[in-house]
Amino acid sequence: MSASAARIDAPPVSGEAVYELTSVHKTYARNQVIALEDVSITLRKGSFSSVIGSSGCGKSTLLKIMAGLIPPTRGRVVLRNKPVTGPRRDIGMMFQQATLFPWRTTIENIVLPIEIRDGRAAAEKAKEKARELLEIVGLKGFEDVFPNELSGGMAQRASICRMLITEPAVLLLDEPFSALDELSRDTMNMELQRICNEQHATAFLVTHSIQEAVILSDQVFVMKPRPGRLAEIVDIDLPRPRTLDMMTTPKFGELVDYIRSLLDKGEDL
Amino acid sequence: MTDVSASDRGQAEEDTVWVEEVPLLDRIPRGILMTFVFVVFVALWQLATSLDLVSSIVLPTPLETFNDMIFVGKNLLTGQYMLPALWITTKEVIYGFALAMFLGFSLGILVGETAFGERAIMPYLVALDTMPKVAFAPLFVAWLGFGIESKVALAAFIATFPIVVGTAAGLHAADENSRMLFKTMGASRVQTLIKMKLPMALPQVFTGLKIGAVGVMAGAITAEFLGGGKGFGELIRVAASQLNTPRVFSLILYLSLLGLALYALVTFAQRKIVFWQRDSVGARFDG
Repeated sequence: MSASAARIDAPPVSGEAVYELTSVHKTYARNQVIALEDVSITLRKGSFSSVIGSSGCGKSTLLKIMAGLIPPTRGRVVLRNKPVTGPRRDIGMMFQQATLFPWRTTIENIVLPIEIRDGRAAAEKAKEKARELLEIVGLKGFEDVFPNELSGGMAQRASICRMLITEPAVLLLDEPFSALDELSRDTMNMELQRICNEQHATAFLVTHSIQEAVILSDQVFVMKPRPGRLAEIVDIDLPRPRTLDMMTTPKFGELVDYIRSLLDKGEDL
Repeated sequence: MTDVSASDRGQAEEDTVWVEEVPLLDRIPRGILMTFVFVVFVALWQLATSLDLVSSIVLPTPLETFNDMIFVGKNLLTGQYMLPALWITTKEVIYGFALAMFLGFSLGILVGETAFGERAIMPYLVALDTMPKVAFAPLFVAWLGFGIESKVALAAFIATFPIVVGTAAGLHAADENSRMLFKTMGASRVQTLIKMKLPMALPQVFTGLKIGAVGVMAGAITAEFLGGGKGFGELIRVAASQLNTPRVFSLILYLSLLGLALYALVTFAQRKIVFWQRDSVGARFDG
């Protein structure tokens, strides 16, 4: 199961299970494609997990099932002991694009999930919390700025706030920084780690970048395509907090190489 | 790196600094270019008339037209018979446009938001849209009489379609991420429509409104030609029947001011409402 070595910092992976998927299958009836076959995943409280795999390995399907956007064909999907039967406020999601709405100011964008679920008055009250979140992500003073005036990285920071405003139990991150340039991407990844730590968040990241998966995660789920299935779970036993310098250590290189070799095997199929 | 062709070109070019050259035409301010075109146009017009290339009944001289414009302008400013006529046409245009907006938004949302509307109603709208709508003018006159109503009806009839198309297309413009985001937030269909799809549709809605604003003028005047009444179109028709071409020309020019005002109003509203849209050439000319 694991890529060797003793864990220095065990807690995250041994915490209480927050999100549990058991033998999840997904077949798209329309074209008889098996998108997911027997996928079982457990996310523990405060852990950071990533899923990696070539395109067509069912990552997006998995994420949509976990977000409650589509039902699985078979299997159990349980978040905090309650089956996921649709979108829930304790699921936070973030996309590749910041998806801020240009007619709303930054803070109005952030309280949008509250406005949708609890109405305008509640959204107004939530602005207090939104200000605190903006400060955490380093966007203090940008409350009343329209998204057009934010840079790509700033917009993604704002969308992190929007995800956190409902205090979700799990954060689903769909390649959140892949639209940014590499420098901002590294910075944002470290920011993400810091924010997840401060919020004791349980995070689940979909990514194409092995480096990104390794530097951020406690465990990496490696998926293979046709049919989409879990090939291996790789424990990442780098110490926390992670720094960008760690990307130059032999240990990091080993883990990256190991995951790459797993992915390459998938190519033959 | 050695470049054979470069050395072939010789000494002369060696200290040439390569800088971007702005084409002459791009350096002239737009106002001057537009004035230039106007002057050339009037000059050719004057030439055509003074060389008797065309009969003065067919084409009045620029000066005749200008004089008549002053006459019509005085008439309007002093509130003589032309002012009520202009007012009637203005009312037709405003009522027609308001009606077209109401119908256009309603049908546009029906067609753009519901599967039923898209599959069962849109084909009929497309079929109606391909018909020569002006041909309905006699029907509207027969149904609604010679008053302002039949003109409003035709004006609205012509202007509704582009607004429907703009609204429906705009509702389809919402991207996959925004839809997903609203789903994950547990938004209802109405919430998704009001808080996301409609605001996102606005740029295309305004494109439809601009096309509609042009159509509504055409509709009102055509209906006046065909169905009488006391509007500006009627003044044009009478002037034309008297072979008073300078009057026809100047009336058309004043009428175009009305159209321009409506278009400017829509553009102004667009700037204010869709404030996040970049003020690009596209936004200014086609939305």
